[in-house]
Amino acid sequence: MTDNQQSQLEAQSVTLGYGGHIVTCRDLTLAIPPGSFTVVVGPNACGKSTLLRAMARLLVPNEGQVVLNGQDINRLKTRDVARRLGLLPQTSTAPEGISVAELVVRGRYPHQSFLRQWSAADEEAVRSAIAATNIADFSDRPVDTLSGGQRQRAWVAMALAQETPILLLDEPTTFLDIAHQIDLMDLLERLNRQGRTIVAVLHDLNQAARYASHLVAMKDGKVIAEGHPGDVVTQEMVKAIFDITCVVIDDPVTGLPMVVPAKNAHAEP
Amino acid sequence: MKALIHRVPRHGRDAGRQVSFRIRTRTLAVCLALAALLLVLAFLSLTAGRFDTGMTDVFNALSGQATGKTRMIILEWRLPRMLLAMLLGAALGLGGAIFQSLTRNPLGSPDIIGFAAGSHTGALVVLLLFSGGYYATAFGALGGGIVTALLVYLLAGTTGQQGFRLIVVGIGTSAMLSAFNAWLIQKADLEMAMGAAFWAAGSLNGLGFEQLRPATALFCLLCLPVAALARPLRQMELGDDAALASGVTVRRTRGLLMLLGVALTALATATAGPISFIALCAPQIARRLVGASSVGLFTPALTGAVLLVLADAAAQHAFGRQLPVGIMTISVGGLYLLWLLIREGRR
Repeated sequence: MTDNQQSQLEAQSVTLGYGGHIVTCRDLTLAIPPGSFTVVVGPNACGKSTLLRAMARLLVPNEGQVVLNGQDINRLKTRDVARRLGLLPQTSTAPEGISVAELVVRGRYPHQSFLRQWSAADEEAVRSAIAATNIADFSDRPVDTLSGGQRQRAWVAMALAQETPILLLDEPTTFLDIAHQIDLMDLLERLNRQGRTIVAVLHDLNQAARYASHLVAMKDGKVIAEGHPGDVVTQEMVKAIFDITCVVIDDPVTGLPMVVPAKNAHAEP
Repeated sequence: MKALIHRVPRHGRDAGRQVSFRIRTRTLAVCLALAALLLVLAFLSLTAGRFDTGMTDVFNALSGQATGKTRMIILEWRLPRMLLAMLLGAALGLGGAIFQSLTRNPLGSPDIIGFAAGSHTGALVVLLLFSGGYYATAFGALGGGIVTALLVYLLAGTTGQQGFRLIVVGIGTSAMLSAFNAWLIQKADLEMAMGAAFWAAGSLNGLGFEQLRPATALFCLLCLPVAALARPLRQMELGDDAALASGVTVRRTRGLLMLLGVALTALATATAGPISFIALCAPQIARRLVGASSVGLFTPALTGAVLLVLADAAAQHAFGRQLPVGIMTISVGGLYLLWLLIREGRR
């Protein structure tokens, strides 16, 4: 899993849209550095989730291609892709009455077959995903009886059980309170240190700056800036991307940049 | 940790073996109980009828020792009918389970969303306009079902994601097709209309081995791909995105499963006429028996078989005179549908 050759993901001049005529991204190129914790930020409707969907082959580019380990992702067998690349979708609905553990078990799908539906490796992966997300206490409860935070951790556990070198997450912290947000981001950081490539779309700029090893800023379907958060998060860049006036200071804990919006920071024209 | 995981699903033990399954003990117990119940019901239904036969007669007939009239009544009249009830019940339960799983809604079964009515229309057209035989009728039923399925999907929006919209459009389509079916029968030549109307009530009366053989062959043929697609179908209950992300070819799998589900429903319609509500009820009953979010396809098929054998026995013997089994299922199933609608409405 630490082999970086296994986790090269790149969007090459992709044009993305829905239904042929609504185009969200045009001629966009983005390479995810193997082994990185890449975070994509940008205002609403900037195309960041669309880009993530395309990278997870949920959306076929109108033009260009997404390349996984040197091959067009839409030409690879979807099962083979699922062993290398996992996704936590933005919204998901669990089947009525499914238990947490049963949901996590579903993450093993790409490693199983008609004749081989359960193996020791499956059991081990499920166990460690449950342990990593700290959901063991309620693993036999139905998902639909859980709080938003618990539910999200169950879905993360399912994605973890898939054991892919690359993990994509679309706004994973949205339904979580601050404590669970920190739990989840710390978990992702830990997974990243263990060798997984993490790509997450986030809303919170400060959280992005704090955890990302590679930060990508998007606006209007284009990548405006990318690099180390220390280089990307500047007063000018925040103005250019979010159209807000702010002060960027050093985070007193990490020394990384921290955005503090000015009063009336977003002046309507 | 170990204990926790063990409370999870029950696993088949495995140490790098090539073939391994995970089976919940409760599911297994339910299946065995249903199979036992089915056998008992089947046996009882062989004994019952206007011509008085006892357990011994049935045993003798099945072991080839009976002669004359007893043999003919049990082996040639009752046996094929009972086997057909099992087979068609299983086909309906399976079709219902496939569609309820695809639409993620207990109302999304082929008899509610118009596919059964469409099969009926297709079969009626072949019967009345072309005086077709069994195979032609079966083909008409399949064609009618598929055309209706496509129509409902187009009208409901192409994504197929909005389960509820699909159901509302399906119920409307079903009503229109039922009206059209009634009109077709009205317009037909009297003698043909009588036959078609009798068939339209949904009955196993008068069916024998000549229907059982092709129906069994078709059923087995359809079960092979269905069994292979059971795992992706279960994964698709997580929603299209999650299913695709975990390696299911969602579009192709959905298309194939729809085709198979329509074919299973059409098989029953073509053989016995429209028998409603088995497809609607069987998967839900199975779900409650098994007590899991995902019941697979085997339990609903077994439940469907039990239901139809039971319904056919009741239709034959409970009211002193023969009723079409479709009348039985529609009366009992209608109450269930009402309850389901009220429950869904409250959610």
